[in-house]
Amino acid sequence: MNFMASKQPENSLLGPEADSQRTLYPYVTGTSVVALKYKDGILMAADMGGSYGSTLRYKSVERMKPIGKHSLLGASGEISDFQEILHYLDELILYDNMWDDGNSLGPKEVHNYLTRVMYNRRNKFNPLWNSLVLGGVKNGQKYLGTVSMIGVNFEDNHVATGFGNHLARPILRQEWHENLSFEDGVRLLEKCMRVLLYRDRSAINKLQIAKITEEGMTISQPYSLKTYWEFSAFANPAQGAVGSW
Amino acid sequence: MTKQQANWSPYDNNGGSCVAIAGADYCVIAADTRMSTGYNILTREYSKICKLADKCVMASSGFQADVKALQKNLAARHLIYQHQHNKQMSCPAMAQLLSNTLYYKRFFPYYSFNVLGGLDNEGKGCVFTYDAVGSYEKVGYSSQGSGSTLITPFLDNQLKSPSPLLLPVQDAVTPLVEAEAIDLVKTVFASASERDIYTGDKVEIVVVNAAGIRREYMELRKD
Repeated sequence: MNFMASKQPENSLLGPEADSQRTLYPYVTGTSVVALKYKDGILMAADMGGSYGSTLRYKSVERMKPIGKHSLLGASGEISDFQEILHYLDELILYDNMWDDGNSLGPKEVHNYLTRVMYNRRNKFNPLWNSLVLGGVKNGQKYLGTVSMIGVNFEDNHVATGFGNHLARPILRQEWHENLSFEDGVRLLEKCMRVLLYRDRSAINKLQIAKITEEGMTISQPYSLKTYWEFSAFANPAQGAVGSW
Repeated sequence: MTKQQANWSPYDNNGGSCVAIAGADYCVIAADTRMSTGYNILTREYSKICKLADKCVMASSGFQADVKALQKNLAARHLIYQHQHNKQMSCPAMAQLLSNTLYYKRFFPYYSFNVLGGLDNEGKGCVFTYDAVGSYEKVGYSSQGSGSTLITPFLDNQLKSPSPLLLPVQDAVTPLVEAEAIDLVKTVFASASERDIYTGDKVEIVVVNAAGIRREYMELRKD
């Protein structure tokens, strides 16, 4: 889908010095975030891994954070860029609070702000290398949206980033319905996270699930999923087809 | 050690098809609601249609972030126009504004393929069709986006477009009545969904006429 992509660096007229001023590739990355709307609000799950290429460098990275009173932000991609975004949002929420007018930014507003930030950075060829998931509840209205590193954004009843789009969305399309209970929502998210654990090589078995409702936000203690590795096909993979294929 | 090249593209194609048909006293603008990237569907319920003015509606497909930015840009410019002129922008005026806005980014384009539809100053239907850098033309009907290669030949056949070489110049505004045009749009999207993987889920149909603007939906194949 790269009709208008050029493989030349876009600043080739400036020369190599200018490259140190822009993001070219990510270093420490987080993998998928999966989220869904349920009866009382939003449930979001992400593991706690921070990969440095193929090395699993950090194993206690919190990739979901509360924003203001009404929103929850989950991020995949470059961790340092996520920390930068949290810094921008801190300032946004601070200025919002300083008005002291009883109004507060809801998830829709925060999502719009993030979309503008990501798009503007993409316009300057210096992207924040993240895929963000923004969920929340305000005045009884549930909201769940996502924005990518080039500014593509939308809202839906369930969203996922990275591998989650390939592995979790199909499960969610099949099994999600309006007014899921909390237990059903968690079970559905765990099902998605388990598939990701089996099939995404950058996933680790240490995850958190965050919940946000009108009352507020809670984030679970890190825990791991039960896995099963005794499938007979894995026990003797070459049976019936000796060789490397 | 060769210099590391950037491995990301500022563009993506989020797919979808748009159609607009002009009639004697109405205009039908339609687009599917599927948003994709590569071989994935991101969401099945995303609107590509934006009301820019009372009698002027735009449908755009292509790179969603650019489409959104373009819609916001035009909506803001329209608000300023209303403050300065104390009236709504006409469809031909908006058509020129859109062309200028697109060409402004001629050297880092909005990857957005647009059709603009509405009523002109006499209340007659008009459709304007664009490329990504603002080249535009007033036509009787048009389609853009991933399904346009499948849709345009069918519209050419059904709407019996007169040759543009004939004199006196005949415009291609269709003599079809509103209900027939809407039926044609539904047929066209159902057909495009069969063969274009990026078109499907639902079609959103917006009709602009003297009574105002109304919207209807039709389900399409989800595969």
